[in-house]
Amino acid sequence: MTDEARLSYGDPITAPFWQGAEQHRLLIQCCRTCGAHQFYPRPFCLNCQSDLVEWVEAAGTATVYSLTTVRLPVSPEFNPPYRVAVVQLDEGPRMLTNIIGGECRIGDCVRVQWRERNGAPPLPVFEPVASEPGHNDGQTA
Amino acid sequence: MGKGSGEGVYIAGVAETPLGEVYDHSEFSMVAVAAREALAEAGMTLRDVDALFVNYMGEEGSVQLGEYLGIHPRYADSSDLGGAAFEAFVHHAMVAINASRCEVALIAFASRQRTRRGRRHVHPADPLSLTAQFDNPYGPAMPISYYALVAARHMYEYGTSSEQLAEVAVAARRWAQLNPKAWSRDPLTVEDVLSSKMVSDPLHRLDCCLITDGGGVVILTNAARARNAAKRSIRVLGAGEGHTHWHLSQMPDLTISPGVISSREAFGMAGVTPSDVDLVEPYDAFTISVIMHLEDLGFCKKGEGGAFVAAGRLGPGGALPCMTSGGGLSYNHPGALGILLLVEAVRQLRRECGPRQVPNAQIAVAHGMGGFFSVASTVVLARE
Repeated sequence: MTDEARLSYGDPITAPFWQGAEQHRLLIQCCRTCGAHQFYPRPFCLNCQSDLVEWVEAAGTATVYSLTTVRLPVSPEFNPPYRVAVVQLDEGPRMLTNIIGGECRIGDCVRVQWRERNGAPPLPVFEPVASEPGHNDGQTA
Repeated sequence: MGKGSGEGVYIAGVAETPLGEVYDHSEFSMVAVAAREALAEAGMTLRDVDALFVNYMGEEGSVQLGEYLGIHPRYADSSDLGGAAFEAFVHHAMVAINASRCEVALIAFASRQRTRRGRRHVHPADPLSLTAQFDNPYGPAMPISYYALVAARHMYEYGTSSEQLAEVAVAARRWAQLNPKAWSRDPLTVEDVLSSKMVSDPLHRLDCCLITDGGGVVILTNAARARNAAKRSIRVLGAGEGHTHWHLSQMPDLTISPGVISSREAFGMAGVTPSDVDLVEPYDAFTISVIMHLEDLGFCKKGEGGAFVAAGRLGPGGALPCMTSGGGLSYNHPGALGILLLVEAVRQLRRECGPRQVPNAQIAVAHGMGGFFSVASTVVLARE
């Protein structure tokens, strides 16, 4: 993939997210009017309808909101078993992701890591943080 | 309840298409067979139909099917609301008939997903779509992993168990054993479900619906036309729909579906409550679905669905008969079950169901679902 192609990955609204991914920075939107964070990006704030949304770097820490282990063949690029999760970023928004690394349960703390890909920008995945579980359990989204 | 007996909207005819493995038909010819059968029940022919409601019958589905059946509708709807489209079509048709924009509505669907081996576990998303960017790279088995994520969260928050999920599959199978048209009729135990292969934790293979060919047709009309039906017409007391998300990451709460919205609308219009309902046909694509639906429709409190479905409550002779055909888990799942939920509910209210008949069935609910708990649609039906 050429630099130009990588820089135009995604669509015009999501491109900044993928440009951040190239630098291993997890970018989400923050509303300058109400302070709410959101992911995936939109050209307005879902919470207060303001147009004043800007990109900010997320802390990169999250809580596992739900978790499944995929055990059937989905397509040739995936080798089961592997873990698919919904994580809740400390800033609030949720993402679908993979869990890598050690043992992990719902409610556990995880931190972003980056999976290099051919033909696409690095993909954010999450691995368990060794410390104590669950600074929040995702119920206060 | 509802309007006076001189008004209202009725289901005047229902039919299944050929079911199971269908080698001697196309999807359109399957619908044609069922349409003529359903219209015969209504005392009508294709010439009487002036409104067409279709999902998953190809691009501009109502247009293609209209041509095939020789129908030139004055009201048409091919809204893609997934498997929830058909209960939503009852809602749309009801509104249109009440507004005199049409008189005879034909709702139709057929699929040969089994014999065409059309089922894939990857979402066929446009590479520029949000799904291709933010979901598919993680390899969720579509749709099983999304339902698994809902089930896992429900278990985490409420202590719902794999045994309780399995009870749903067992109840469906017990009904299927009473239905000669059901695909899976062998005896099934909770242990059988738990020992079936895990596909996406916590869902086992037998927590998942069948993949079969099938479909159906439903005819709606006004009170005056319904009086001429060959069989008893069934009143549509209420209908509602709603949707909340497409991507699972955007679902407001993984344990609450838009069934809360659709059932509030449908029960409100019908003027009935869950305690008035004699049987439920919930869209049982997965065992967790039924537990969520019963909670969200108000048959039990949120979080209590696992305990509610235990001890045979949903099965033959149980306090709340559900999935009385055998459902998507054991009777038929053609990829969009919603139409067949209506067919079974109407037959139960007509008391045509032989060994699986729910005694004295007076009020039934058909509850459709589409996507990944994305869309919900609820219909309340009554025998008058």
